[in-house]
Amino acid sequence: MEDLKLELKHKIIEVLNLEDVAVEEIKDTDPLFGGGLGLDSIDALELIVLLDKDYGIKLADPKKGKEIFQSIDTMAKFIEENRTK
Amino acid sequence: MGHKIAITGMGIISSVGNNVEENFISLTTGRHGISEIQMFESRHAGHIKTGEIKQSNEELVQHLQLNEDNNVTRTSLLGMIAAKEAVENAGISDINAFRTGLISSTSVGGMDITEKYFYNYEDFPEKQKYIDAHDAGNSSLAIADYLGLKGMVSTISTACSSAANAIMMGAKLIKNGVLDRVIVGGTDSLSKFTLNGFNTLMILTDSYNTPFDQNRKGLNLGEAAAFLVLESDEVVKKEDKKVLAYLSGYGNANDAHHQTASSENGQGAYLAMQQALKVSGIDKEEINYINVHGTATPNNDLSEGIAMIRIFGEGNVPEFSSTKAFTGHTLAAAAGIEAVYSILAIQHGIIFPNLNFKTPMEEFNLVPVTELRKKNINHVLSNSFGFGGNCSTLIFSKP
Amino acid sequence: MSSVYINGVSCISVQDTLAEDFFGQFKPENSVPIVKAIEPAYKEFIPAAMIRRMSKTVKMSSVASHYALKEAGIEKPDAIIVGTGMGCSQDSEKFLKNVIDNQEEFLTPTYFIQSTHNTVAGQIALALQCHAYNFTYVNTSSALEFSLLDAKLQLTDDEAENILVGSTDEQTERTMELYQLRHIIKKTEHFPVDFLTSTTKGVLWGEGSSFFVIGKNKTENSYAQIRDIQITNKLEQQETESFIEAFLVKNNFSLTDIDAVILGFSGDQESDTYYKTAINLFPESALLYYKHLSGEYNTASGFSTFMACHILKNQQIPEIMMINSIKKNAIKNVLLYNHLLGNDHSLVLLEKV
Repeated sequence: MEDLKLELKHKIIEVLNLEDVAVEEIKDTDPLFGGGLGLDSIDALELIVLLDKDYGIKLADPKKGKEIFQSIDTMAKFIEENRTK
Repeated sequence: MGHKIAITGMGIISSVGNNVEENFISLTTGRHGISEIQMFESRHAGHIKTGEIKQSNEELVQHLQLNEDNNVTRTSLLGMIAAKEAVENAGISDINAFRTGLISSTSVGGMDITEKYFYNYEDFPEKQKYIDAHDAGNSSLAIADYLGLKGMVSTISTACSSAANAIMMGAKLIKNGVLDRVIVGGTDSLSKFTLNGFNTLMILTDSYNTPFDQNRKGLNLGEAAAFLVLESDEVVKKEDKKVLAYLSGYGNANDAHHQTASSENGQGAYLAMQQALKVSGIDKEEINYINVHGTATPNNDLSEGIAMIRIFGEGNVPEFSSTKAFTGHTLAAAAGIEAVYSILAIQHGIIFPNLNFKTPMEEFNLVPVTELRKKNINHVLSNSFGFGGNCSTLIFSKP
Repeated sequence: MSSVYINGVSCISVQDTLAEDFFGQFKPENSVPIVKAIEPAYKEFIPAAMIRRMSKTVKMSSVASHYALKEAGIEKPDAIIVGTGMGCSQDSEKFLKNVIDNQEEFLTPTYFIQSTHNTVAGQIALALQCHAYNFTYVNTSSALEFSLLDAKLQLTDDEAENILVGSTDEQTERTMELYQLRHIIKKTEHFPVDFLTSTTKGVLWGEGSSFFVIGKNKTENSYAQIRDIQITNKLEQQETESFIEAFLVKNNFSLTDIDAVILGFSGDQESDTYYKTAINLFPESALLYYKHLSGEYNTASGFSTFMACHILKNQQIPEIMMINSIKKNAIKNVLLYNHLLGNDHSLVLLEKV
């Protein structure tokens, strides 16, 4: 799980083009949206695609993303439970 | 008081008809144009339906009798057909007889060809002529050339409000005496690029779009072109032209909320409608019909509904319908085709139905007109809202 | 038509036009087919959360518009009008590449959203929280001129007091390759090129962003007045003279009244003939060219308009821009004539304030 969390932090920085953010700055329980990173609904769509492309999880309802992407913790937990890749 | 601009001609091609007459028949017989994708290859064919025009580029080229060595893309081909009909409808025999301009609009430009060959043009020397035709401005130059027009030609690209803005700008040029006559409107063809772009935003429905319905799932894309001919009062008088309708009001405002989503209280939409009413000098109670933007996305219809209530008052919103269930959302052309439909509504005293509607939205008490309804229509308000917060409203009036 | 005033200007280009003393620092380009703009440190102007999504054209426009507004002392303009030929081509290309490479799967929205032509105008409005009129013109070569015309009409109709008008275009690698394939851009073996006497096809391609604040009233800072604008989609060679003459007559000017003429010589032999014809009309005027400094692109006239403003304000013409050596005692007006490879011809008449 710890590996997955670290992997997620790297991927988020890459996919969302967060050039100035270091992996250490993203805490596991920090809110991803509405927090310091300044992510918005377009980023949520990007993360939905990430779930599909890298972990084989298809999210039909974009509104579910709100719960899943609350923090690195919630994201990692959801992926562990649902990944097909 | 407002300054009305005369509309003396119109032309259109869409998935429900190749000209004004055919479009009218479809609208009055409830025949929509949403179908499976057949004219281009896509992974989404069979899953996502569109308002596709069932004519290939080759067929369009033949119809227009263009030279074999042309480099005209689909967007321009559709534009030529509609612009030609508009010019003929306006009884124009010598397009350069007066100071004439063309303001077209597009978001796709030449992308339907570009996306086929972009990475391997080197292997297709006979297709390389299309490299010159990719940019948006080229489509307007191509349409102007086809019409034999020499004058002020411009292209607007503000996403889904584009054609409304083209119409607005044409009116301003006539009002200020810069031009005597302007052909205004827009054109967009379908393309894999656009289809996939909208798909990534998760605002496409996998079925038929249901504007203003509680259970709406998103839009169907479409392709179309439509143009109006605007003429100054002097030309109308001199040439004894029949006026189809007047453009009596217009307004453009920016939501400044988000790149693609509309604000909750529909501020941009509200400001655009307010401005259009102000310019027209018409009281809001006199609006008989609203052709709403009504794309059937969760976001637009809510935001637009709220803005209409803010303008007209709870319980006082005029009868309205979205014609996008017929044609799909034709992007830059949308405001153009809906301008034609608004004028048809005035001419024939008919409100076209908002197809596929079943359940009113929870948030407010707005129910669109769902059956063809006869009604004397003096003034129509038409909304078009695009990405980048670009909100435009036009008001058409009976002559 | 009554005049309106250019009260703030800013330009990002192949030259270091953001610098204070750019006037004397020009480095002409004539040896490579493609030249890139000199970019500022964007982080100083744009928050990181926003920069991450912006393509070059959006970033350049953000900075240029910021400076123009600042100079004019305007926080929120009454309208925002932007002209661009290719729009946001970098993001457009990135999305297209993804569509093709991934066969329409695993696509993300960011590049698509950023690819719409009106992204620049939309982003500026968002940053300023400006709800006003917002248009984007995408003419092949006259987008800036049409934007200026739109602004002028609104100002003289009392629909606005101050309008932000700009033009911007960026390059992409692949489009440059295709333009070279098409000989729109010169072949490498045709360099170095003499812009004024070129015997080969094609141009040198640049990029840049120019923004102006146009106001109803003049200020202490005003650069110039916009007297009139004329645009036509095409012109036969033999119509060039009458096109220019009619424009001047309409504005009560004779040919000899014009102090300086800025011509868009691009190095493309065939289409530069229009400018050669124009030269013959103005034997007593200072003649200038600029695309050896800015490169050719759909909105290259943003650079010349920017330069015309400085020339009128400072009453000085950079030597590097001179075609002839006529020096006027006073530069009361400047006529700009431009087109792109024979498409979209425009004339702009500016006067000293």
